[in-house]
Amino acid sequence: MTVTIVVVSHSEKIADGATELAAQMAPDVLILPAGGTDDGRIGTSLEKVLAALGKAGEDGAVVIADLGSAVMTAESALEFAGDPPDVVLADAPLVEGLVAAAVAAQGGADVRGVRRAAEAVRGPGRRPLPSASDAVAEGVTGAGPDYTGDFELVNQAGMHARPAAKIAGGLASLDAEVAVNGVDGTSMTALMTLAAGKGSVLHVEAWGVDAERAVNYVGGLVQAGFGEP
Amino acid sequence: MVLDVNWTVKWLTLCAQAMAEHRLELIELDRAIGDSDHGENMDRGFQAVLAKLDEDMPETPGAALKMTAMTLMSKVGGAAGPLYGTAFLRAATAVGDAIEVEPAAWAGALAAARDGIVARGKAEPGDKTMVDAWTPAVDAARVVADGGSPDVLDVLVAAAEAAEAGAVATDPLVARKGRASYLGERSAGHRDPGAVSTALILRAAVGAAA
Repeated sequence: MTVTIVVVSHSEKIADGATELAAQMAPDVLILPAGGTDDGRIGTSLEKVLAALGKAGEDGAVVIADLGSAVMTAESALEFAGDPPDVVLADAPLVEGLVAAAVAAQGGADVRGVRRAAEAVRGPGRRPLPSASDAVAEGVTGAGPDYTGDFELVNQAGMHARPAAKIAGGLASLDAEVAVNGVDGTSMTALMTLAAGKGSVLHVEAWGVDAERAVNYVGGLVQAGFGEP
Repeated sequence: MVLDVNWTVKWLTLCAQAMAEHRLELIELDRAIGDSDHGENMDRGFQAVLAKLDEDMPETPGAALKMTAMTLMSKVGGAAGPLYGTAFLRAATAVGDAIEVEPAAWAGALAAARDGIVARGKAEPGDKTMVDAWTPAVDAARVVADGGSPDVLDVLVAAAEAAEAGAVATDPLVARKGRASYLGERSAGHRDPGAVSTALILRAAVGAAA
């Protein structure tokens, strides 16, 4: 069982479509759409969101909503349900956030990890990530990354959405700060901005308890070509 | 006069009546500075509350308020759904399972409702939203409720009058929250529809006690 994800949108079609898209990348994750009003209009429905939360698995749920009042409906649903500790709202763009969240859930992340993966797609990512050269310049020792690795992209398409989602999603479930070519490794959009094609080398730096696992995780994915040609 | 479940049901019924009567007025107000769905949404929401009351008569004021919260959040659709839904939900929690709600407790329930709207919508007084009707209503209700041997009807009247004055006072304001805020300065000169529907709801509370 993984974390369940509930998708709250003003539009039933958006919720269903985003769910369909994310499910492709996360086949074992229960993703529940809650879009539109009860009578199929544009809007959001507390009953639909509560019904989805009622179907969530025992590993908790992350709720992702689209615009203004969908967020309010999602918050209201959490309040109505008595603010259960294992149900959280992610402040993330619906489609990108959902995909990143779904991949993180597929990778076994808990509710905090899944939320973190969703929210990391927002911007340039968590900062600051100290680099080894900064540490030398400031005369500080031991501030360099705990583990590093360099991996050449071997798949034809290089770094595109699916590989970025896999890297970001998996890293979100680890207790490590990870930089890939200087950007936040848990941010799907930041990874995509690297625009790294086939033959490019990803320089991975990791800090923290799971630093070694993080570097090995990225290395394993890259060397396997992300399972792509 | 006591605030019991009969009063609560009559209040909700009068709310539905008021939303139906003022549907076009709310649509017109919302057309000027929003997306013109407020009248339609509020009417639909309270009609759904009436249908729920037909199905299942609540036993306490709190149960009636909670049912209203759930229904409005599910049926209204726009931002007014979660905002009014949260207001009724917080009021329901505030009155608990009391059979009759005392004047001071009702003033407290109104304050809880307003706090819920502020928490959910993040609007402050002066932003040209329903908060500009709720806040003076809460203050006026509390003043009367805190006086010696308050009469509950006086609390309801004070809240309704203050909400109506608060709604009128939104006319010159420039909206800082919600869709009206997209209009910037052009939102001035129009009354906020959410403040007007709040005044209608609190006026219906007086009618139910009369």
